[in-house]
Formats: sequence, structure tokens, C-alpha cells
Amino acid sequence: MSELKLMKGNEALAEAAIRAGVDGYFGYPITPQTEIIEYLMAERPELRTGMVVLQAESEIAAINMVYGAASTGKKAMTSSSSPGISLKLEGISYLAGAELPAVIVNVVRGGPGLGTIQPSQADYFQSVKGGGHGDYKLYVLAPASVQEMADFVEDAFDIAFKYRAPVLILSDGLIGQMMEKVVLKPQKPRWTNEELIEKSGDWAVTGKKGRERNIITSLDLQSEKMEARVRRLMKKYEQMEKEDLRFEKINCDDAEYLIVAYGSSARISQKAVELGRAKGIKVGLLRPITLFPYPKKALFELADQVKGILSVELNAGQMVEDVRLSVEFKVPVEHFGRTGGIIHTPEEILEALEQKIIKNGSIRHHKTRESSIL
Amino acid sequence: MTEEIIIAGFGGQGVLSMGKILAYSGIMQNQEVSWMPSYGPEMRGGTANVTVILSDERISSPYLKIVDTAIILNQQSMDKFEESVKPGGVLIYDPNGITTHPTRTDINIFQIEGTKLSSEMGNKKIFNMIILGGYLKVKPVVKLENVIEGLKKSISERYHNLIPLNVEAITMGMNNIVPYKVQEAIFQN
Repeated sequence: MSELKLMKGNEALAEAAIRAGVDGYFGYPITPQTEIIEYLMAERPELRTGMVVLQAESEIAAINMVYGAASTGKKAMTSSSSPGISLKLEGISYLAGAELPAVIVNVVRGGPGLGTIQPSQADYFQSVKGGGHGDYKLYVLAPASVQEMADFVEDAFDIAFKYRAPVLILSDGLIGQMMEKVVLKPQKPRWTNEELIEKSGDWAVTGKKGRERNIITSLDLQSEKMEARVRRLMKKYEQMEKEDLRFEKINCDDAEYLIVAYGSSARISQKAVELGRAKGIKVGLLRPITLFPYPKKALFELADQVKGILSVELNAGQMVEDVRLSVEFKVPVEHFGRTGGIIHTPEEILEALEQKIIKNGSIRHHKTRESSIL
Repeated sequence: MTEEIIIAGFGGQGVLSMGKILAYSGIMQNQEVSWMPSYGPEMRGGTANVTVILSDERISSPYLKIVDTAIILNQQSMDKFEESVKPGGVLIYDPNGITTHPTRTDINIFQIEGTKLSSEMGNKKIFNMIILGGYLKVKPVVKLENVIEGLKKSISERYHNLIPLNVEAITMGMNNIVPYKVQEAIFQN
């Protein structure tokens, strides 16, 4: 039976992990995501489902425990916040290289360095442009509500196992710390050993028992084989773009101006859209739900309809590059965002739209770019 | 109906839990709710605030600059949030420890002696419920029966024997909130 609760984003994600039948969580505390491991420890999921919850000695240990657990075909996950995710990147690259399913959660705080514990979206580049070394991508889900913090856990594991690839849930301090209503799905049983062998026996290390051995590695010293592996990865990413792209359009049908925002910024921007519409400004919102794959085509098409686009992010300008690439310079694209842990208000976003986009509406984009360089 | 509230004061005054009880009460009457706390350096430095939204519709931004109601429980929060109230909105404050009283004339300002009343009642922990009662008198956004249901949900079961005391405190607050500078006749006894 599903249940309605008032929960923090972090708690909802933790409870959803137990209910999704996750086999193991390995983590290390860091603000603003410590409620995830706190909740899991307090809930004693080892008694509910047999799920293992372990506080590792470091972030690096935690991601390598995920690497080990994922090698056996089990559902394994970890969570951290920005500086901790930087530590995990080597392991994430290995997971991608070894083609292992796993879920990583980043409840982003401000950076660089230790930065601030307040909300931020400054890990966009790190999340969608690699982060770790080598030719790999992560499937990136960006929840914008407590409900999505819960729902995306199961979605992330579905994708991770569909592609045998690591999936990132990219949240932030605002979505992690806020409380909202959440409907929790009923408990799913963890896979039995038989189910696991049926699903993943052809690649996972499940105990050899009369078949050829399965080897988990990201190393291939034979160049042709390594290139074939990279090609295989690229094929997966192409398929993700075709089959598993997710985005949401709000008030876009008659929009003359467009805001693009994900996660917490999308929520705040939605209020800016309401305020703008109340003033008679026809503004819409495109919310990418997956940051890779990115809704390039939807943006390219909207660029024929709108006069200008504002990319709203809690950072100094990262996703704006993907918006510009997607619209191929058909319309002016500008960035607005606060940093350092300051959260932009709906009023500030609307003002930025009016100043940076509407006021400059008649100026061609290349001109604006030139003048900003001068 | 949408009601946007900011509650701000010292850590330990029960600011966050008051917001949580309000949010739970909203759920009990089928409203959409959001509860966004300050969890950062402010909290560690002694002040705490929470933005609560109750609405019949899907809530867009959980983080706001301008609100319908500000409940202000210390001077630092008065300095920061007096400006946040919408014209025509409501500001409720406990005058205890306030040196610079609110000066705006385009909003409705109420006082409630929460600190004094809670010590008179002999339990400082019910301070936030007195304030909540005062707020609900001015803005009856949730019914008392739903607040009681909300209390049951947000307080762990072993403390459910304290619910009557909390209800008493809410009633005390309802009976003791007084207009300070009120613009229109929204406050009727």
C-alpha cells in the first residue's frame, strides 16, 4: 500500500531506497545530505529487507564498496555532497568503464573547495561533462521535489540495469532539506539469488558454477578491444538519448520568452513564470528532468518560437553553454544565477529576464556577444 | 487559497517544529504544503527560520522573498524580515527582547506576549504553540481539529500525553494576540 508522509527530500530518498529493494548503501556523512545515512541507520533496513547500510571510513572507500557490490549484480548505491563527490569520481569512472549498474546521489552544496553548506547547482559540468577521466557519461536525473527524490531512486536503478551503467541523481541542498508531501510506493522485495542470476548472470560475478568466468574490469591493454569498449559505451549513450530523455514544458505553448532551469531553480523559476504572466509577459519554462540526455531538440524547436532564453542556475553559468549549443545561436541566450549559497528569488529571476532578455530583445545575438566582449 | 509564511527567531524557540506542525495540519486538510528551513550558517549562529506554504494548488517555489505572513520572534529576524511582508499582509511578533518595533504602515501588525505567557504557564517549551495559536486567530488557515491531528503526526507517540497541554497553549495564544498597528478590519473578536 502506498503511504502519504511529510518528509525531507533526503529522508524520502532514503526510505524510497529501502522500498525499492536496494541491496546495499555505502556512504560517508557530509552536509547537506547527512539525513540520508542518518535515516537509513535509524530505520534498521537490515531488519526490514536485509539491506546493508554501512558508513565507510571515507568517500573513496564508499564508492569502491559500491564498485564491489555492483560487480555481483546487486543494487548498490552511495550518496554525498559536492566535495565528497569529487573524491568519488575515480570510482565513478571505473564503474562506467567496467559497465556496472549503480546509483550515486549528489546533494549539491556551493563550491569550489569546501565552499559552503548552502544549496548550489555548481556541479553541473562535473555531472554531465564527465567529471572523472575518460570517455564516459552518466545518466543524470535532476529531481525538483521531495516526491521526485523518492521516485527517482527506482527510476535510476531501472536505467542503471537497463544499460549496465552508473546513474547520478543530482539534487541540491534545497530539495534535500525541504519537506513536502510524498507518496511512498509499497515495499518491493530484494532480488533473490536466483532472480539476480537470471537477470545479471551473464556478466556479474555470482559464483562460477559450471559456466565461463565473468571478469569485471575497466582495463583493456589491447587497443582494439579498448576501442570496442568505448564504442559500446557511446552506443549506450546514443540509446539513452533516443529512449530515456525526460523533460517538462510549463506554459510553453504561447511563450514569447523562455526560462530553462532544472531542480530547485526550476521550482523557483516556475514562480517567476507565474509573476511574469501576472504582469502580461508571455514566459514559459522548460525543465530538463534528465541533464544527460539533454532536451536539445525541444530547445532547438522552441528557439523558433521564442525571442530569447534565460538559463537560470544556482551557479556562475554552466548549463547555459548547453542551451546555446542546443539552439545553435538562433536566439539570444543569457545566464542568471546566484552563487555562494545564496538562493535567487522569483522576483530576481523575473527582473533578470526583463533586463537581460526582454530589454535586449531587438538586438541580434552575435551583437550582444561582441558588445559583452568589448 | 495560498498562504505563504515565514517564521523566524532564535534556535530553540521551536521555530522549525512550529512550521512542521503547521505543515502537517495543512496535510490533514488535504492542502499542498512545503517547509523550507534555514540549515546553514545562520542556524549555527543562533537564528533559525523556516518558510511554510499551504496551498490548494501545486506549490511552485518553496523559497520566497515576499510572504503573506511573517512571524518574528527576535530582533535580528525583525531587521531581516519586516520588509518581506506583502502590502496588506500580516506581521506577528513577540515584543519580548524587541528594541526596534516594526514601523510599516501598509501591513497589519499584531503582538503576542509568547515568552511571558509561556513562563506564566510554567512551561517554556510551549512558547511556539502559543505563537501558533495567535497566528491561527488572525489567519484561520487550518482548523484546530486538523492542528491536533497534525500534532499527533509530528510528535512521537510517547509524548502524545502532552497534546492537551499544547492545545491549551494554542487556545492561550488565540485569546491573547492583540493588534499593534492594524490597517483594515481583518481582526474580529
